[in-house]
Amino acid sequence: MDFGPYLMLAMLEGAVMAAVLALTASGLSLVFGVMRVVNVAHGEFYMLGAVVAWFVAQHVGGGPAIGFVAALILAPLLVGGLAALADMTILKRIDYDPERTIVATIGLLYVIQQVALMTYGPNAQPVEPPFNQRIALPWLEWGDGGLAIYFPWGLSTTSYKLFVIIAAVAVILAVWLLMSRSKAGLIMRATQLDGEMATAFGIPVERVYAAVFGIGAGLAALAGVLIVPIQQAHYLMGGDALLLSFIVVIIGGLGSLPGTIVAAVLIGMSDGIISVFFSPTLAKIIATLLVALVLVFRPQGLFGARAR
Amino acid sequence: MTKSSDRLITPNRRSVLKTLGVAGAATALPLWARYTHAQTAEPIRIGFQKHATGIGAAYGRWYERTSVAAVEKINAEGGINGRMVELVTEDDGTDPKRGAEVLEKFANQSNCDIAFGTLFSHVVIGSAPRAGELKLPYFVVSEGHHVASGMLNRWTLQPGITDVKSQIQAMAPFITDTLGKKVTMIFPDFAFGYDHRDNLTPAIEKAGGEVLAQIAIPPTETSFTKYFPKIPRDTEVIYHVMVGPAVLTFVKELGEFFGPSAPQLFGFIDSLEAVDMSSPGLEFLDGSYFWEGNPRYLQPDAPDYVKAYRDAVGIDANGASVSDPKDVSTSAHMFGCWETLHVIKAGMEASGYASTADRQKLVEAVEAMSEMEAGAAHPQGPKLFNGKTHQVFGQQYISKVEGGKLMVQHTASIDDTLYPDEVDYTSMSF
Repeated sequence: MDFGPYLMLAMLEGAVMAAVLALTASGLSLVFGVMRVVNVAHGEFYMLGAVVAWFVAQHVGGGPAIGFVAALILAPLLVGGLAALADMTILKRIDYDPERTIVATIGLLYVIQQVALMTYGPNAQPVEPPFNQRIALPWLEWGDGGLAIYFPWGLSTTSYKLFVIIAAVAVILAVWLLMSRSKAGLIMRATQLDGEMATAFGIPVERVYAAVFGIGAGLAALAGVLIVPIQQAHYLMGGDALLLSFIVVIIGGLGSLPGTIVAAVLIGMSDGIISVFFSPTLAKIIATLLVALVLVFRPQGLFGARAR
Repeated sequence: MTKSSDRLITPNRRSVLKTLGVAGAATALPLWARYTHAQTAEPIRIGFQKHATGIGAAYGRWYERTSVAAVEKINAEGGINGRMVELVTEDDGTDPKRGAEVLEKFANQSNCDIAFGTLFSHVVIGSAPRAGELKLPYFVVSEGHHVASGMLNRWTLQPGITDVKSQIQAMAPFITDTLGKKVTMIFPDFAFGYDHRDNLTPAIEKAGGEVLAQIAIPPTETSFTKYFPKIPRDTEVIYHVMVGPAVLTFVKELGEFFGPSAPQLFGFIDSLEAVDMSSPGLEFLDGSYFWEGNPRYLQPDAPDYVKAYRDAVGIDANGASVSDPKDVSTSAHMFGCWETLHVIKAGMEASGYASTADRQKLVEAVEAMSEMEAGAAHPQGPKLFNGKTHQVFGQQYISKVEGGKLMVQHTASIDDTLYPDEVDYTSMSF
């Protein structure tokens, strides 16, 4: 394949990955930003989103489009509800103590994973995309008669992959509007800045925490629903998602939404490009190395504020 | 210290009751479990190393169903040497480390006579040395070349399924004659894939073709489009063999990548074992070719013993479970469990196997085998066992996807699959 079309294909693949990663990581970042909780079970919420999507698509009749739309609504709600419940029954009881929440969420990770294995089973299951046209992309070339358009072999994407990118951008815009322009966002930011003071002003901090934990998990679940027609739902799929989300959040700065987005695009695109031109293993090595460099030279992340 | 050891030897009321309870339960066992006319009342225990979880889960499910069906058949026909057979199933998580632990458990805790049933090559390679140390006969159903290559030991045998090297050797002339001379291969980046990588190139070259590129993909990969640009432009045939939960994604993305202008495709059915041929995204495979160890779809000319085997395992004419048409079998591999269990039976009968003390005699008896006739014990076809390399040889099938079904086009004979011995296990000590 020529270099130009090759690079374009790599960037398209990278963009899909960046989109999904941005959604998952912004959930993780939101939870950390507001609650100062490191949620190790975050990847499992992503997996649950995919599994619930498969389940809903199986049980809702009327074609793949209706099943998918139902999954898009139900999965984040169900998973978010489950996460809020976990917050109220577990995290609240241990006072959001940093060390203990890490251990508790590790436990949650195993519980969710094993329950998925016991109920959903060890197989990977596909979900049919609501629409999936192959789009061959043209490329420009200097030929004998000047600029000519041709369709290189293999340079293509699908309408569904483009939809994933657009949907992710829309959801992240919505999250940003929620955080910066709404009363709920104001309350969350107040809680983030100073929980005690927020309590003094009559903000129900505990309910805010439950809601934030639920929204964070819901974002991961939404990413899971979006990815499942491209990949497949599998009970172990949360591991990679968790690792990459942490990489993104650390590079972007824990708790910073813009930083998370920039880092997701950086990691997603570089992963796409490096794994196309070199090897996927090298892409992971470089991403992890980047984390180490950020931790050494800029521990608060690219966009993070210094700890007060 | 003294106190605790006192407690160990002094029976209290509860432990006595427990022992009585166990004894009571034992008397309630079916008749055959307590008494037969053989020297010992104990059943023969076959430790079944099952890929119940991990990337081999679909195979594990069907390996178990096939093994259970074979054991039922053997028991209904009077067992082995008058003793019933019992499968002791343990999950190895498709993980080499756990595989070795499972063998340990078979030998030391559950008193198994032998171990059996492993498919994934990394688990076999991880477990076999332990089988050698435990002196436990280890019958693998793996199709990897690691047995015949001499990498393992005298206790590890593969008498029920052919190995990758012989399969590839039999496929190469068909690929170059029918599909094209310039081949690009895509394979999983671990031992099973390396068997394909190392054996396909010489086989294709011998058949007058050329391998243009070899693309290795990590077994846990979930997205594949990024690998496809490495396929050279002048490729005439893509040879693909993938395993694991993401195979469907692999085939789907391959279709999306090429669109209407795809080169010829030749795949090992491993890419689609346990996958419904009518799954969304697989339409583009229509007209492509697959190697099959054993045909998934019931062929029009299938003999009665094949039908009997399929009925016993519980698969319909489409190779799916009779109780759930969406639950597609791993037909091209699982027959190996059935055949291996029948070889074990023949070996135990030939050696007069009575107890774990006869394990060495069992291995020697299997090593002495050679021709096996097609029939109820060998439904996939006739076999030729090589006692020196511990590997069996058999027919291979090439099928074409026609209207969403795999129809056999060509059957390669046993002679096409033979190659010179690479090891003589019989010269090794036990």
